[in-house]
Amino acid sequence: MSGQVFVALSLTPLLIGVLAAIACAVPGNFLLLRRQALIGDAISHVVLPGIVVAFLVTGRVSAWPMMLGAAAAAVVAVVLIEVIRRLGRIEPGAAMGVIFTAMFAGGVLLLEQSDTSNVHLDVEHALMGNLESLIWLDALGWTSLLDPRALAGLPPELTRLAVVTALVAVLTWLFWRPLKITTFDEGFAHGVGLPNTVIGLGLVILSAVAAVAAFDAVGSIIVIAMFICPPAAARLMTNRLETQVALSVLLAALSAILGYIFAGFGPLWLGFDNSVSAAGMIATVSGLMLLAAAIVGPHRRQT
Amino acid sequence: MVLGLGYNAMLVMVGAGLLGIAAGVTGTFLFLRKRALVGDAIAHATLPGIGLAFLLMVALGGDGRNLAVLLIGAAVTAALGLLCVHWISTKTRLSEDTAIGAVLSVFFGFGVMLLTVIQNVPSGRQAGLDGLLLGATAGMLYADAVLIAVGGAVALAASLALSRPMTMVAFDAGFAGISGVNVVRIDLATMGLVLMVTVVGLKIVGLILIVALLIIPPVAARFWTDHAMRVAILAGTMGGVSGVVGAGLSATAPDLPTGPIIVLVAFAAFLISLIMAPDRGVLAAWFRHRRFERRVHLRQGLLALGQGQPIYERFTLRLLQKAGLVRADGVATDRGVGAALDALRDEARWAIMRADPGFDTLVNRHDGLSPIDTLLTADQIAEIDTRLNGATP
Repeated sequence: MSGQVFVALSLTPLLIGVLAAIACAVPGNFLLLRRQALIGDAISHVVLPGIVVAFLVTGRVSAWPMMLGAAAAAVVAVVLIEVIRRLGRIEPGAAMGVIFTAMFAGGVLLLEQSDTSNVHLDVEHALMGNLESLIWLDALGWTSLLDPRALAGLPPELTRLAVVTALVAVLTWLFWRPLKITTFDEGFAHGVGLPNTVIGLGLVILSAVAAVAAFDAVGSIIVIAMFICPPAAARLMTNRLETQVALSVLLAALSAILGYIFAGFGPLWLGFDNSVSAAGMIATVSGLMLLAAAIVGPHRRQT
Repeated sequence: MVLGLGYNAMLVMVGAGLLGIAAGVTGTFLFLRKRALVGDAIAHATLPGIGLAFLLMVALGGDGRNLAVLLIGAAVTAALGLLCVHWISTKTRLSEDTAIGAVLSVFFGFGVMLLTVIQNVPSGRQAGLDGLLLGATAGMLYADAVLIAVGGAVALAASLALSRPMTMVAFDAGFAGISGVNVVRIDLATMGLVLMVTVVGLKIVGLILIVALLIIPPVAARFWTDHAMRVAILAGTMGGVSGVVGAGLSATAPDLPTGPIIVLVAFAAFLISLIMAPDRGVLAAWFRHRRFERRVHLRQGLLALGQGQPIYERFTLRLLQKAGLVRADGVATDRGVGAALDALRDEARWAIMRADPGFDTLVNRHDGLSPIDTLLTADQIAEIDTRLNGATP
């Protein structure tokens, strides 16, 4: 495969996949340790009504209003879950199940009711994304990486995800100590005066932002898988938080790259002539990594 | 209106109703066992089974549309997903919710990949497998509608037959075990029922939303009663009504998808329960709070009157005035003086009781605002009073 074809067709989807995976895996580590792993699942469901409402308000498919709508829906969902959990004294899992299914159902209904036949907005796209279509048409080869005119034609998803991934990385680095302390020892965190609730809510909002940015590019399957599988696999391999986060980033990037390659070329190797869904393949690869970690990970048992 | 819907739509409504009842009853035990979201993992894990069953049928020369075979495939991978959740959460240190999330996303991702494979199979595009994601009852075949109605009935019968041991396990697994119930087997049976409900619900509600039928009615029913069997019955009723109403509504117009409508009807029942339910509902809690607030204000006002202190708090004054205990200028009426003396005496008696460990249970159970003579016998009061007089000779 020549450099030109690779840069134009594969480089940007690969980068987008890797960035999306990393942006979700980093907060996923903390959600996992705080026993909130399924928040990612809930967020990725409620993103749909947020996007549909944003579309109905603005009347067109444009990225920023939709991302705002999705982020707002995620915050609304988290608040509602907390409200009904307290009011009804319901266990968190059930409260989550009530809210995210109802909001998702509302989103689907709105989508069916509104006239979206002439725009590219449907449930399947929301679930599966379209990583393969995020190509860089202006690229003529590796030299295009230095050509400002070609760079202007980069898919906007790439820029957005790069910004969000950087944001996730910087915030995690800045708040490392408070995050670590509140995650592992709530009592001690309270003793040294750390605002546990604020940090918890901040983490959920950051996860929502990462999920929404990634969702926009790659669909919700990868988002849920990346929130859980790489951190869970890393958790089975180490007892140090620093190592766990680093490992999860590595595994996330690896599943994105391997998944993309297998989806694009795997069927060709097996003698078929069509590629399969990259999003599905990336999730599958991350699952296989978790399986391997669960079988041979050095810290797989309760210590 | 209902009769105008046609025979298939009627069958779908019956099926949705039976499915809703079965899901509500089964979901109750899942919810009481605090494992509500396991249903979500099971539901998403059906997708690869559907895809594999389709590919298998095509490979054997069929057109791949036989719903029964698709549902059997769904059940197989769903069971595999359930086993994975169990294995991860017991054999590794990952928690059950992590296991649920991992199985859910990976199985679903694999299923989506299979769907893209199927789209490239010649007969794959028209297979209508996408309909199983969100449910699609429009243009359903007669045989499929019968299959769903029968499946719903079987799931319902099984959940009713098992409800007794499932209640025991949900409440106190240890006690159930001692009483001779095989806890592991009952847990497995519950999961089997969830699996059955999920698979039957695929065509009507779709695999993304079927978990709502397992969660929302039990959570809503829990607001109304503390009795497990009543929760199950109520959840079954709510689920059944949601199924029938939702399926009926969606058959009246083309752009009302069945699954989401059923879920939203169930959610409406949840909202009504959240607000209106006696005791646990939001309105009831608010009224209780207001009543308590009044009693505290009234009591503090009377104590202040009894000790001859002025009252500045407007709300207290208004309450006292409304009860005819003070006049508009804040001076106590005759009745007010009597009530104030009663309050003072009650307060002194409560103080004695709080100091006496013998009254611990009583003191802990009450808020200290009730008049003593509604709680104790005349003898006990007389005894407290002698101590009261002894303390202040």
